[in-house]
Amino acid sequence: MHSSTWDRIKNYWFIYPFFLLWGITPILPNWGVIPPKSCLGGCGTIEGMIPFVQWVNNLIDILRNYEIFGFFTFREFTRSIANLIDIPLDFTEALLYKGFNTIPLGPMPWVMILGLVIILGLYLRGVNLAILGGACVLYLAIFSLRGIWTLSMKTLAAIAVSVPLAVIIGILLGILGAKFKVVEKILNPILNILQSLPHFSYLILVAIFCGVGAKAGVIATIIFAFPPMTRLTILGLKELSSEIIEAGRMNGCNYWQMLFKVELPGARSSLMLGINQVIMQCLAMVVIASFIGQPGLGHDLLARLQNLRLGQAFEIGVAVVFIAITLDRYSQALVLKEPERTKEGAFWIRNPYLFSALIIVILSIFLTFLSSAAIQLPKEYTISISGYLDWGIKFITTSLFVPLGIFRDFLLVYFFMPTKAMFQSMPWISVIVLVGCAGWRLGKFKLALTVMFFVFLIAASGYWVRAMITLYMVSVAMVISIGFGVPIAIWASRKLSTTKLILNICDTFQTFPSFIYLLPAVMLFQISDVSAIFAIVVYASIPITRYTIFGLRNVPAQIIEAAKMSGCSEGQILWKVRMPLAFPEILLGINQTLMFALFMVMIAGFIGTVDLSQEIFRALSFNDGGKGLVIGLCVSLIGLTADRLLVEWSNIKKREFGLIK
Amino acid sequence: MPKNSVTISCKNVWKLYGSNPLKYLASKNFSPSIAELKESQYIPAVFDASIDVFEGEILVIMGLSGSGKSSLVRCMTRLIEPTSGEIYFEGSDLLKATEKELIEIRRHKMGMVFQNFALMPHRNVLDNIAFPLEVQGVNRDQREKRALEIIDLVGLSGREKYYPRELSGGQQQRVGLARSLAVEPNIWFLDEPFSALDPLIRKEMQNEFIRLQNLLNKTIVFITHDFDEAIRLADRIAIMYEGRIVQIGSAEELITNPANDYVAEFTKDIPRAKLLSVGSIMKPTKKIKKSGFTIRKKDKISSVAPKIISSNSIATVLDDSGKICGELTKDQIIDILFIDKENNA
Repeated sequence: MHSSTWDRIKNYWFIYPFFLLWGITPILPNWGVIPPKSCLGGCGTIEGMIPFVQWVNNLIDILRNYEIFGFFTFREFTRSIANLIDIPLDFTEALLYKGFNTIPLGPMPWVMILGLVIILGLYLRGVNLAILGGACVLYLAIFSLRGIWTLSMKTLAAIAVSVPLAVIIGILLGILGAKFKVVEKILNPILNILQSLPHFSYLILVAIFCGVGAKAGVIATIIFAFPPMTRLTILGLKELSSEIIEAGRMNGCNYWQMLFKVELPGARSSLMLGINQVIMQCLAMVVIASFIGQPGLGHDLLARLQNLRLGQAFEIGVAVVFIAITLDRYSQALVLKEPERTKEGAFWIRNPYLFSALIIVILSIFLTFLSSAAIQLPKEYTISISGYLDWGIKFITTSLFVPLGIFRDFLLVYFFMPTKAMFQSMPWISVIVLVGCAGWRLGKFKLALTVMFFVFLIAASGYWVRAMITLYMVSVAMVISIGFGVPIAIWASRKLSTTKLILNICDTFQTFPSFIYLLPAVMLFQISDVSAIFAIVVYASIPITRYTIFGLRNVPAQIIEAAKMSGCSEGQILWKVRMPLAFPEILLGINQTLMFALFMVMIAGFIGTVDLSQEIFRALSFNDGGKGLVIGLCVSLIGLTADRLLVEWSNIKKREFGLIK
Repeated sequence: MPKNSVTISCKNVWKLYGSNPLKYLASKNFSPSIAELKESQYIPAVFDASIDVFEGEILVIMGLSGSGKSSLVRCMTRLIEPTSGEIYFEGSDLLKATEKELIEIRRHKMGMVFQNFALMPHRNVLDNIAFPLEVQGVNRDQREKRALEIIDLVGLSGREKYYPRELSGGQQQRVGLARSLAVEPNIWFLDEPFSALDPLIRKEMQNEFIRLQNLLNKTIVFITHDFDEAIRLADRIAIMYEGRIVQIGSAEELITNPANDYVAEFTKDIPRAKLLSVGSIMKPTKKIKKSGFTIRKKDKISSVAPKIISSNSIATVLDDSGKICGELTKDQIIDILFIDKENNA
């Protein structure tokens, strides 16, 4: 007995140095508690040990001002590329809401869009999907008293350009990555950083090099949206069965025939999944891209939110969510869509959907001649319930003002403030030692060195204090998310019906662009750490719930049967069999929860937190590209550090269980 | 078996996995021992294999998984590059063929069927079968006409527009067979084509294969791990073990004269009566007078056993020209049917 307790203490050796260092904070030299200020490259304006911000800004200056290509500067080069985006964008804008200048052709009438969306839904899956799509279009048309229809079309015009471009760029890079090992090795870290970098930090760079407005929004969206496409293309091409490849080669395909007739079609479902991901990423950018002047739903949502016109913001928010869910379900249907046998016969029998789409186009053009109401729903038929919503929100907040206020202050004073103080009292060297020891415990030397280097970079950047506030908010939110998510997952995974229900809810919540979560947070808790943490918790509970359900459901039925036959009670099966076996998956869930929380904490800066995100917003308004990028990288480094440790831990566990080699 | 011209000839083919295997092989003078290979951490997929495939024969390559049979066939098709050795296809050196020439050879002269069918999931039956013609650049009308002919040949008429996922395993492999035959190949490789099928369907597909071969008379290299299948289909069987070809011969030769214990172990559970011919167990005789009834030297034991056992007399064996060459007694038959197997075990 004695030895087992001792073993347990020994097992956790890696946290003791951290506590030791933390405990002796008072006698530590000052440079070990808070990272010292700059010593390189002239002290003064630079905040960090290493003047990263200045370096980046110098580089930006060079790119901006020096004619490195002889005749023009790098910025002129990128701006002229950005201008190319205007060509397709002009077309989609004309098609959806502006109408064409050169030819006498107006924008697509709303009845045509309605009809086409319904037909597409029927084609992709069936009646249910068509109803969803139809309802979405109807909502946009009817709730358009304050112009939601036009705003939506502006947003969709940008998406219609960003999605195909992001898909093409993603697939091209993916093909190169799959074909050439070198390219994959270069791409991997770039994709890692792009996917963990907060959006705002590169918005500034996009604004500097590509300007502002709709086209800059499209470019920022593409940068954000292409990485999953590339990853899924590489994955799809690599996972192709070797027999299919051999069959292609034995049939005498040359290089290009292999690529276009065998490999890419064979990777179809991965590619389709990639398209789905790209669409969702583009929608996530709808609000964020409006910070650099992208017009549309995002822009107006932001403006209403800033003016605290919550009712109107809510109406627009519903439109964004509706569009997001519809596009998600449509593109998911596309992923699952299998090629189908065509019937023999005339054109309309062979292609019934194409034929009905044509009919709808002709019919709706005909209708526009009869009545202008077919072009856009006239104002008198449109409604807005924002007045009622405002009233309702006001009612809730005033009637709940006192209890919510008490609740908020209670949390702040007794829970959040002490935690924040605790995080801020940790000496930075103790944190480095902690991740180093954890890395050593899991993966030995290399992992330990990597994560220590990551944390050192954060400390050296000069944003350590802010980073610790970010970490505090993320940690608190994660603890609450896990406290919510895991019990829900345990409850849901007991039955197939509840599993499906909860997974569906997770899916739906995940399609919400993250900005939407700020709405209820602000409504309930005004502007404070509590509302930020509330928004993070709602968003970050999704992955932990999903992964825990996945882990629990995936325990082999045989093992459960064996446990039952050994006489385990329900509770024993859960705690002695299912939870331990689900543990690696849960770890991955925690990892994802952290990523989601980091994403959300950056957005929450918009409602006034004092962590890294506030600095990013400050950099955004001062157009300080270097600062924005460095802070963004700090956030990515927090994410990458946790990612390395948690994924390694999960893999070790999976190996122990023989789930992977 | 007619000794026709050689279609594919492999001479001392090696396929080693490990770092710089050719250099290693050369340093060992192309004859490393297994122990040496293991010590230097090289994995021999194909170990000094030499074999000729004759025109019009069915050569079955037999072995357990990991014995190197798939690797050998992939060397013959250059789906993988052998480490060293020579491979001649229709007299010319296959290993010297450029990528372009190789593509031409595969487009017109080789066909291959895969264990898990390897159909293109995004193409229907017709387009799958027309695929090899499509990559050659045959125009749509012609290739679909040809594909329809083969669809008819393999008994899939009416399913042209089906997608692979809508077909049963047996039907999918019919598509696989059809696709590999679309270009009328000179040599037909079948890599465990029926192993992924249920036993009953497997039997049916073997019959289908025999029917097709009777019509087409292809040169065939057929891989299997199933000795029963090998016996049913093969003219000659090559047995592989740890990358080496340990014996090549007819089923009867393998059973009556196994090269080593491994082959003997492999063949011990085979019902001999079905396989052995009268000639291999008869007692030679100089007699001229027929006694009892006559049987042929080529007849399988199983087909004459009931007659001999029920007749109580000695059977006279005639050779191909009708001359008496031996006799067969009831006891000998019973030995083969019941006792011989026990002794071997």
